[in-house]
Amino acid sequence: MNSAFGIAGFARGMAAICAAAGASLLIAAGPAASAGGEAHIERQSWSFAGIRGKFDKEQLQRGFQVYQDVCSSCHGLKRVYFRNLAEPGGPEFNVEAVKALAASWPNQIFDGPDDQGNIATRKGAIIKRPARLSDPILGPYDNDKQARAAQNGALPPDLSIITKARGVTYHGNVIGHIGSMLRDVVNGYQEGGPDYVHALLTGYKKPPADFKLAEGMNYNVAFPGNQIAMVEPLTDGRVKYQNKDVPQTVEQYSTDVTAFLAWAADPRLEERKNMGWVVMLYLLVTSVLLYFAKKRLWSKLH
Amino acid sequence: MAHHEDTYKPGSRLEQWLDERLPALRMMHGQFVDFPTPRNLNYLWTFGGILTFCLVIQIVTGVVLAMHYIPSDKMAFDSIEHIRRDVNYGWLIRSVHAVGASMFFLAVYIHIARGFYYGSYKAPREILWILGVVIYLLMMATGFLGYTLPWGQMSFWGVTVITNLFSSFDAVIPGLGTKIVQWLWGGYSVSGVTLNRFFSLHYLLPFVIAGVVALHIWALHVVGQNNPTGIEIKTKSDSVPMAPYAVAKDLFALFVFVMLFGWFVFYAPDYLGHADNYIEANPLVTPPHIVPEWYYLPFYAILRAVPSKLGGVLLMFGSILIWLFVPWLDTSRVRSARYRPIFKWLLVLFFISFVALGYLGSQPAEGVYIFWARIFTLYYFAFFLILMPIVGVLETPSPMPRSITESVLGNKPAEAVMVAKH
Repeated sequence: MNSAFGIAGFARGMAAICAAAGASLLIAAGPAASAGGEAHIERQSWSFAGIRGKFDKEQLQRGFQVYQDVCSSCHGLKRVYFRNLAEPGGPEFNVEAVKALAASWPNQIFDGPDDQGNIATRKGAIIKRPARLSDPILGPYDNDKQARAAQNGALPPDLSIITKARGVTYHGNVIGHIGSMLRDVVNGYQEGGPDYVHALLTGYKKPPADFKLAEGMNYNVAFPGNQIAMVEPLTDGRVKYQNKDVPQTVEQYSTDVTAFLAWAADPRLEERKNMGWVVMLYLLVTSVLLYFAKKRLWSKLH
Repeated sequence: MAHHEDTYKPGSRLEQWLDERLPALRMMHGQFVDFPTPRNLNYLWTFGGILTFCLVIQIVTGVVLAMHYIPSDKMAFDSIEHIRRDVNYGWLIRSVHAVGASMFFLAVYIHIARGFYYGSYKAPREILWILGVVIYLLMMATGFLGYTLPWGQMSFWGVTVITNLFSSFDAVIPGLGTKIVQWLWGGYSVSGVTLNRFFSLHYLLPFVIAGVVALHIWALHVVGQNNPTGIEIKTKSDSVPMAPYAVAKDLFALFVFVMLFGWFVFYAPDYLGHADNYIEANPLVTPPHIVPEWYYLPFYAILRAVPSKLGGVLLMFGSILIWLFVPWLDTSRVRSARYRPIFKWLLVLFFISFVALGYLGSQPAEGVYIFWARIFTLYYFAFFLILMPIVGVLETPSPMPRSITESVLGNKPAEAVMVAKH
């Protein structure tokens, strides 16, 4: 063992280094991570978060109203079709109402050249037809260049999968990070995107005195870099809800429209979670049976 | 093939007819029913079966996805969304495939770690081990190619960063690296051409993996399975027939594993992915942090730990290729780390440093992260190149049981034990 003592000593040394590594990461990770300038994003209590989460139908309907009244003047929703608005697991509007909505949607559909092969009217406007149930919910711009030209160079992104395309960065040390990851997996929490969108919509604040805001930009605490081209979209009372019991505030609008966008990005969420329980139950019961079968089989050997 | 009794009896005249012409059923019976498995295997030995299951799942879901996916830079992203939204159960098939990749790697890491701990790479299992390393390399290539296909921002920039690694060979022969990169891209930048060829290869490689898996299983069935004691099967009481014993155990473990798999598929399908990959690829906008999928992170950390680009690339590839030489780097005659008091802890430290490198790979390459990535990279290579050869010679192994049976039943004479009749 004498000859091996040096190695055992080395092993202890490595263990010490490892412990030191952990400790230094604990101390160092905080400031290093926040150097990116990303703000802390507060978690919201979404009805659709977690393993039993479901969409709140009325919230989705209100959220669509906010989208229609406010967001749709710049942003499209091209991966969502009008028919989706009437399908189960979503806002579940009445089909006839959705048909009427599609027909009156201001951003109409370009459906290829007309019978004469023209794509534009004699005045130069592109020939379009009103939307049907099978058409996507389009924004006001025909293409990105048109959008940028109208928006001072900025491009309003399509919102169909915006809540999936955004996330939050964990701020804190390694141990806390691992703990938070495990908690999220166990709770089935993957709503960082909605948390961020909500934080952005409610994040318009007065800039600090020493903050240099570029021309035409707006200060937002949640947006990376804090300068966003989008003007504060929501103000208290801007959208008139039919249900007077629901507060007509920026906070409520933000929550509602984010929930709607979360549905738009994940329209199969309810189907997925419902099927999950059946599958998990089957797997659990079969696993238990297999365990006892295995135990009984092997008990003959010992 | 390992020697054991052939108990195959054709049950019907058809089976007998077949047996006289192509004894395929006899072979299957010999290899997957009668095949002797050590009786002391723990649950870490169930991952071989689990990995086979993962491969089958990836191929089956992948074939279906390919029916709806469009490998074009204009349509790829839209076609994935189409699958998620409009294809019947497309959301399920896609999630199973995406989560499946992560589960495949989780299982393979456990499988490899088990091989390291119990010395499964030692004679006569060197070829078995090398085939395993080849499968792992093929898996990495396939996973990387597959991650390209959604054509999101991380897909695009991941491909850009990783293919660009080869440009470091310009430091060896000027122009060589650039030529390789352009050859991989099929042009002067990552484009739809790149996507098309990556799709083609992503569809091809799993079948290559399946072929090497067949060799891996063949080699396994020649030398037999290792076991926690690392002592070979000596008498009949040391082993049990694969069916029903090992099969029953494998099935239970598989179902538990599928529960974890299902949990991610149904309750956190996007958890293991990256939000940026829900943004369509844009060559003009670089994401703030380009990170690979979690299963590549330890190697990504090694790559970034080295100040020189070529050095980083060589070290990264070297960190896996070094596994090929492990059967000869380890000089100890004792297989299982269970009986190696010093090596055991050095190996545990190696596992810790691998996980730590994974964490560091996910963090920005700056300051303290780089420092620790260097420390752990140093240990990674020191473990193989210095500690493994030296410890094997210096270490005094702890006492070992004389046989597998003794390790399970203590000193009871083997004859007294009721051996299950097959």
